[in-house]
Amino acid sequence: MYNKITDDDILKLKSIAGEANVLTGDEINADYAHDELGGIEKMPDVLVRVHTTEEVSEIMKLAWEKNIPVTVRGSGTGLVGAAVPVCGGILLETVQMNKILELDSDNLTVTVQPGVLLMELAAYAEENDFLYPPDPGEKSATIGGNISTNAGGMRAVKYGVTRDYVRALTVVMPNGEIVKLGAKVAKNSSGYSLKDLVIGSEGTLCIITEAILKLLPLPKVSVSLLVPFPDMKSAIEAVPQIFRSKITPTAIEYMSRDTILFAEDYLGKKFPDKKNDAYILLTFDGNSDEQVEADMKAVADLCLEIGAVDAYIVDTEERKKSVWSARGAFLEAIKASTTEMDECDVVVPVNKVDEFIKFTHTLSEEMKVRIPSFGHAGDGNLHVYICRDALEKDKWESTLKICFDRMYDMAEKLGGLVSGEHGIGYAKKEYLKKQYGNTPVEIMQGIKKVFDGKNILNPEKICF
Amino acid sequence: MDILVCIKQVPGSSNVEVDPVTGVIKRDGVKSKMNPYDLYAIELALSLAEKYGGSVKVVTMGPPQAKSIITEAVSMGAESGTVLSDRKFAGADVLATAYTISQGIKKCGKFDIIICGKQTTDGDTAQVGAEVAEFLGIPNISNVLGVNDISDGKVMLTASLDDKIAEMSVKMPCLISADGDINSPRLPSYKVRQTVTDDMITFLSFDDFDDKNADNYGLSGSATQVEKIFPPEKNTEKSSIDGNSEEQAEGLYSLICERKII
Repeated sequence: MYNKITDDDILKLKSIAGEANVLTGDEINADYAHDELGGIEKMPDVLVRVHTTEEVSEIMKLAWEKNIPVTVRGSGTGLVGAAVPVCGGILLETVQMNKILELDSDNLTVTVQPGVLLMELAAYAEENDFLYPPDPGEKSATIGGNISTNAGGMRAVKYGVTRDYVRALTVVMPNGEIVKLGAKVAKNSSGYSLKDLVIGSEGTLCIITEAILKLLPLPKVSVSLLVPFPDMKSAIEAVPQIFRSKITPTAIEYMSRDTILFAEDYLGKKFPDKKNDAYILLTFDGNSDEQVEADMKAVADLCLEIGAVDAYIVDTEERKKSVWSARGAFLEAIKASTTEMDECDVVVPVNKVDEFIKFTHTLSEEMKVRIPSFGHAGDGNLHVYICRDALEKDKWESTLKICFDRMYDMAEKLGGLVSGEHGIGYAKKEYLKKQYGNTPVEIMQGIKKVFDGKNILNPEKICF
Repeated sequence: MDILVCIKQVPGSSNVEVDPVTGVIKRDGVKSKMNPYDLYAIELALSLAEKYGGSVKVVTMGPPQAKSIITEAVSMGAESGTVLSDRKFAGADVLATAYTISQGIKKCGKFDIIICGKQTTDGDTAQVGAEVAEFLGIPNISNVLGVNDISDGKVMLTASLDDKIAEMSVKMPCLISADGDINSPRLPSYKVRQTVTDDMITFLSFDDFDDKNADNYGLSGSATQVEKIFPPEKNTEKSSIDGNSEEQAEGLYSLICERKII
């Protein structure tokens, strides 16, 4: 169906991107065959490191003309195989497009290239007294990747997800045409929101080469509370009660002692408290000490009233680092604790989180497999990991399939969806189709066809 | 066993600005916090008290608002604390500060071990602990990495010297300065903070001290004068290692060895 890359194509790519930026065969590091989770593997025929929108455009014109598949990759921190070139062809790496182009203090926006890392953007915003609110755990992800998966992160409870902070995109269409979607405006009722179709499209519709992102003034005060509970049930049950109190924390994360111990092992650093079975970690921010203290006190009192063992105050840079660095390392820590794992990133209504977690515990016992989890208790997005440990390959594969089938069924039953923020990519297609049924999937396929009539951009992903 | 921890209130951010004209740290509008190195000292003290029994108290020198770090220390598990506060103490250098604290400690009670942090993040001299010990006439060990045992009136500990790690024993009463990053300081408890009352915090001033010669305190008791304060240069240097996986791994390994990380 697709054409193989020829020597002539390679020469052409070198003339577009520069000799040093076009790699083939053994020159390509094996890591380019997979993303962070692994499992889905395929080497590209050629890796091209791009630096400008125009280069991307020229490459796409060539790929379109020659019918060569193209997959875009940022830092490779994805978890569902979205950036794996499953049909081979060109892998287009955007990490060199890492310039912050403009800070517009009048319109509260920042214009960035797609390879800027989330941690770089967050630090840049903060240095200039702004906040870029989306805060996914993987800080070394690129902004292009975050937009492509509509990453959410910890602060989604109060501030929303990446989609809420994208004002405009410059994209390269599969045929090489450069198109601007959206604008540096706060309101937009100008036809279908194509920008919003691109956000979360996992590199299947077009290639993002520039983004104008919305910023907020940096809140002057931020305090976290680490609240220990005797068990996970009481910890999770506290969350809807916090919402009922009409106080909106910036983040509400849950974690179990097991996960904390994995993080301690992984980081080689002790967590400040691990005497209890379950914890919720909340953050409050605002512009005055009084307001933040009042919110923090109200929630601490409420938690103590409903069974929390204590409420630990996390109020300085050092304390925040000691707690949040462990939270940020949970995925890697669980990965390091086992031989192989796969993940489930379901999202359920906030008041169903407890039920879902309990279900994973029952499933774990029933299937005799370890299923640690952590996640965003405040927005219902759970990160559940099934660990292979010592299971034989066949047993592992069958166990994994049963666990996934049952977890996605349960998420659907509870009114949830397949993915909260990691996306569908290649790994979760089956579950998306199962939940959505024919019509929504056919609409998605139709949209893909309008953008990419030759189906050369990141084929075999999401809805195919 | 009675333990006293010396603590200090410092600017809350590491991005402290210095007034280019006066050379004084701009403290207006800058929030303050407990010196991060003191948190390791408090954690060490609390864990020793848990293991060997006894109590932990804290002492600080500073303006009246330094009371807030006493509340914080009590919320972490200390029993009570003392603020040494008087206008006569203002402008003290390392020597006058150490002298004032040593006078204050004599009024706080008798202690088996006094623990200081390695240094403060504003002054950065790492001298006060050793000088307090000198004024109190007790032995001092700096850069303590951990306490291995306490028995027969002696503390067995591990300390970092310039070129080696040494195991030592020191007779109590003694003063030790805890190195940074030696433990994970516990977090202040909201529940305990709600129970902190004024009688847990004592204020002592010049008039409460035995030595009432004002020339030994503050600016007049200082042997040194600060000529200029400037923030340390920020190191934003980045480097990357090119090459294939093997070359990159080798490059990284050499760098880690060179920097003595392993």
